[in-house]
Amino acid sequence: MSAGVSAPLLSLRGVRKTFGTGAEQRAVLDGIDLDVAEHRCVVLIGASGSGKSTLLRVVDLLEDVDDGQVLLDGQDVADPWVDADAVRARLALVFQQYNLFPHLRVLDNLTLAPRVAHGRPRAEAEAEARQMLERVGLAHKARAYPDQLSGGEQQRAAIARALVGRPELLLLDEVTSALDPALVGEVLDLLLSLRSEGTTMLVATHEMGFARDVADEVVFLHDGRIHERGTPQQVLDDPQRERTREFLRRLR
Amino acid sequence: MSEQGGAPPGRQGGAPPGRQGGAWVPSERAAARTAFRRAQRRRALLVAGVATVVVLAAVVYVVTTAPGWERAREAFFSPGRAVEVLPEVAQGLWLNLRVWVVASAVGLVVGLLLAVVRTSRIPALFPLRMLAVAYVDVFRGVPLLLVLLLVGFGLPALRLPWLPVSAAVLGGLAIVLTYTAFLAEIFRAGIESVHPSQVAAARSLGLSRGQAVRHVVLPQAVRHVAAPVAGMLVSLQKDSGLISILGAVDAIRAAQIATTGDYNFTPYVVAGLLFVAISVPLTRLVDAWSARQGWRGQLSGVAGAGALR
Ligand SMILES: Nc1ncnc2c1ncn2[C@@H]1O[C@H](COP(=O)(O)OP(=O)(O)O)[C@@H](O)[C@H]1O
Ligand SMILES: [Mg+2]
Repeated sequence: MSAGVSAPLLSLRGVRKTFGTGAEQRAVLDGIDLDVAEHRCVVLIGASGSGKSTLLRVVDLLEDVDDGQVLLDGQDVADPWVDADAVRARLALVFQQYNLFPHLRVLDNLTLAPRVAHGRPRAEAEAEARQMLERVGLAHKARAYPDQLSGGEQQRAAIARALVGRPELLLLDEVTSALDPALVGEVLDLLLSLRSEGTTMLVATHEMGFARDVADEVVFLHDGRIHERGTPQQVLDDPQRERTREFLRRLR
Repeated sequence: MSEQGGAPPGRQGGAPPGRQGGAWVPSERAAARTAFRRAQRRRALLVAGVATVVVLAAVVYVVTTAPGWERAREAFFSPGRAVEVLPEVAQGLWLNLRVWVVASAVGLVVGLLLAVVRTSRIPALFPLRMLAVAYVDVFRGVPLLLVLLLVGFGLPALRLPWLPVSAAVLGGLAIVLTYTAFLAEIFRAGIESVHPSQVAAARSLGLSRGQAVRHVVLPQAVRHVAAPVAGMLVSLQKDSGLISILGAVDAIRAAQIATTGDYNFTPYVVAGLLFVAISVPLTRLVDAWSARQGWRGQLSGVAGAGALR
């Protein structure tokens, strides 16, 4: 790819997603336009139920869209004839509830996708996985099962699992919401260091301090639309719209 | 509720728990609780003991004072006869064990395959899926005895040259037909018990649908249902005795043959004891194995629930 002004890594154009049928039908995403350039970080904020998770799942092709485009490097990956497995392998989604595989040791959680989906030899996959565990401070837990870890350790393991595939874009869905306040710090520290290395991220979070530290752009979702967007200073410190102010007031 | 000065009501009873000379000395309250629990345990033991003696005595009394007891004891519990027939019955049991192992292996593999087929969404498998549904519906509904008779006497009537006619093989086939249907249903329940977020996580990492099923769903599904599946296998071991109906010389048939001369039914008791001697250790083995597995991430909450009053 040529110099910095090229097309963004991820672009959403008019993305619409509804749940339910008939009278029950509701547009959770109602025409979303969003760009994430390489090495950039976009933070999604919004009330619970505003569609943050749905948006991230749409990007990871875990949900089909009703309309609009999901452009990855300019290719519309929402088209059903695109190889979704190949696209997902370029992205990584970290879930609020970790979703580690409970029947596999931490190390095997990390090596499953490289071995099974990408056909990497076990030794090679394990060497890389150990490096990644070292990186997130869990080298000593490689042989533990997920239920033997604290919440913070589980979430760091989940992040490590997402990173071993060397994703071009890291999608993070409220990764600290299920954690005790005392454990939030260790996970946020990890994300901050990833950010400082230039990892491209699309992040849903309720941690406004964190958003301020990492975001190049903050996007406030309301009623299925982007209600307000801008730099962290613009949106978080000087919101222009009443809904945004109300949302931020409630968080304090 | 407000406490106005002084110790809370519960505290007024005993001396405060404290350290005397560095070591912890139980407070009076703790000592009283321990004594109460010990007394309760003693009482429970006493009640259990008395109840057991009473029930056993009643059973022994009823049985031994029955008008036919003397003859029944002769006919069913003759030690000499038991020793005599043991080799034949044990030889028959060997057939039961072989039928059990083969039927279990086939039932597990085919049952799991059927469950996967039933829960898959591959369009090409649609006819297979319908077949699987019909098969499970039919063979869960028809009594095993009937399946045995139909397979054992019906299939040979077709006179297909390639069809085995051994009673043990046909009987084993009938048992497999019935048990596979039940095993398939158990495995299906296991597959459906794995949370969709596990599949989402696997797909998100780039695994295909099939890879997610193979490496994430099935291992967890099988762990979830290991206990009921093991129960079915124990039950299958016991039901392998039904092949005697078709004339296969298994433990039951061997015992039956041994009774024909003298109307002494001790061989049946011997066969029964042998079946129990297999199934009890088997059950304990399964229990121990499932306890050791620890059900990673599944039942830790339940298993850790501890003793409750
Ligand atoms: N699979 C689904 N079926 C029906 N409704 C759904 C589904 N997933 C999400 N929703 C609905 O979509 C809305 C947005 O959910 P979500 O994206 O999880 O919000 P957020 O992550 O911002 O809390 C909610 O009202 C939720 O109930
Ligand atoms: Mg959410």
